[in-house]
Amino acid sequence: MLAKRIVPCLDVREGKVVKGVQFRNHEIVGDIVPLAARYADEGADELVFYDITASAHDRVIDKSWVSRVAEQIDIPFCVAGGIKTIEQAREKLAFGADKISINSPALTDPSLISRLQDEFGRQCIVIGIDSYYDAETDSYKVKQFTGDEAATKDTQWYTQDWVEEVQKRGCGEIVLNVMNQDGVRGGYDIKQLSMVRAICDVPLIASGGAGIMEHFKDVFELAKVDAALAASVFHKGIIDIGELKQYLHANHIAIRL
Amino acid sequence: MTQESVSSSNDNDLTVIIDTGCANLSSVRFAFERLNANVVVSADFDVIRSAARVVLPGVGTAGAAMDALKQKNLIGLIKSLTQPVMGVCLGMQMLASLSNEHGGRSEQDITCLGLVPTDIGDLDSKGLPLPHMGWNQIDVGDHPLFIGIENGSYVYFVHSYRAPISEYTLASSTYGESFSAAIGKDNFFGVQFHPEKSAKVGAQILRNFLNMGTPQ
Repeated sequence: MLAKRIVPCLDVREGKVVKGVQFRNHEIVGDIVPLAARYADEGADELVFYDITASAHDRVIDKSWVSRVAEQIDIPFCVAGGIKTIEQAREKLAFGADKISINSPALTDPSLISRLQDEFGRQCIVIGIDSYYDAETDSYKVKQFTGDEAATKDTQWYTQDWVEEVQKRGCGEIVLNVMNQDGVRGGYDIKQLSMVRAICDVPLIASGGAGIMEHFKDVFELAKVDAALAASVFHKGIIDIGELKQYLHANHIAIRL
Repeated sequence: MTQESVSSSNDNDLTVIIDTGCANLSSVRFAFERLNANVVVSADFDVIRSAARVVLPGVGTAGAAMDALKQKNLIGLIKSLTQPVMGVCLGMQMLASLSNEHGGRSEQDITCLGLVPTDIGDLDSKGLPLPHMGWNQIDVGDHPLFIGIENGSYVYFVHSYRAPISEYTLASSTYGESFSAAIGKDNFFGVQFHPEKSAKVGAQILRNFLNMGTPQ
């Protein structure tokens, strides 16, 4: 049976892993490669590295650490941050990344998704979506350039429409990051994730809000996502990945132990 | 094109990864290097022919990958190899006779290497999300590639096409339908999953591969 995946996310800034609360006030958590190796040893199923400054500042991530991660860890990993061209994507994949994740540049130019898919196949094209609940209109909407508070802006996309659009254009996986709850650790947004799950035919990764082990159980059981991504609960040692996987296994969720 | 290995103690026991120009070359090489194997990436005929064992990597689409082999004149060479040859992911699919993965550019089935007589078709996930992406369990046969691997072990898959279950199935998995997680005939075999990304289980499979073949 296909296992549900536990995916630690390492937000990268200036070559270090950082974590902010609701995308603000980033603090350094540690070095990239040792943290990646530790998570692989503890049983992480996959890793995601986001260069949170790259899109907003029009910079491309320093590629050298991608290769160092690929040399040392034996689980899949995805690289995100400022990838706007086929060549930038090719470079990350050639250095050993299994997937590349596109967020803001896909909103600027949605044709990038289909061009990447034509070149590399959709299996390595992940679309990150930063979605928030807009209370005024009682709807879910997409934000862009969330890596930098000053640059963050609203888009014209409703989340449902963008989820449909990126699949039509050929993405292989979607990471849905729900901004309202990120860092607050109050649980994944089950309602929103369930809504997206219903219209998502590619693997769906839930992101944002994990605080306790039960949140992971809920998001797998109730929202039926394929993977759950989290950062601070792992970086700060609030949840141990090994213990989390034992807990999920005991609760009859398909997990690789 | 050839990268020199740092290892010198086992120069005759060379594992060659065929340089198909595809994206997962580095990952496969790194995985063998983690096992201290003497490994090079090469498209050189003599280097490939004299290897103790050969790896055919691949990601992307079958059509593009076969085009790459054609451009490098590698098709005849690969077919003539007598040492163990292991395809990985798309590399496994390329060992088959045909693939219906057109990549949107053609209606024609793609002619593959024809070394394992089976045809690659769509994975019928029976409504589950596609691609089949993540860690799934395999049941293994008694092929030397799977020595020490228990049934139910998890390995990492990423694919939307598959080899059906057939007499050439060496390992199987299920995602909607059951399909071949590994196929083989004679000295040619391949795995649909990514052993280079499959943690300890994958490392054991690669170690088993390194124990196959005769140093030249």
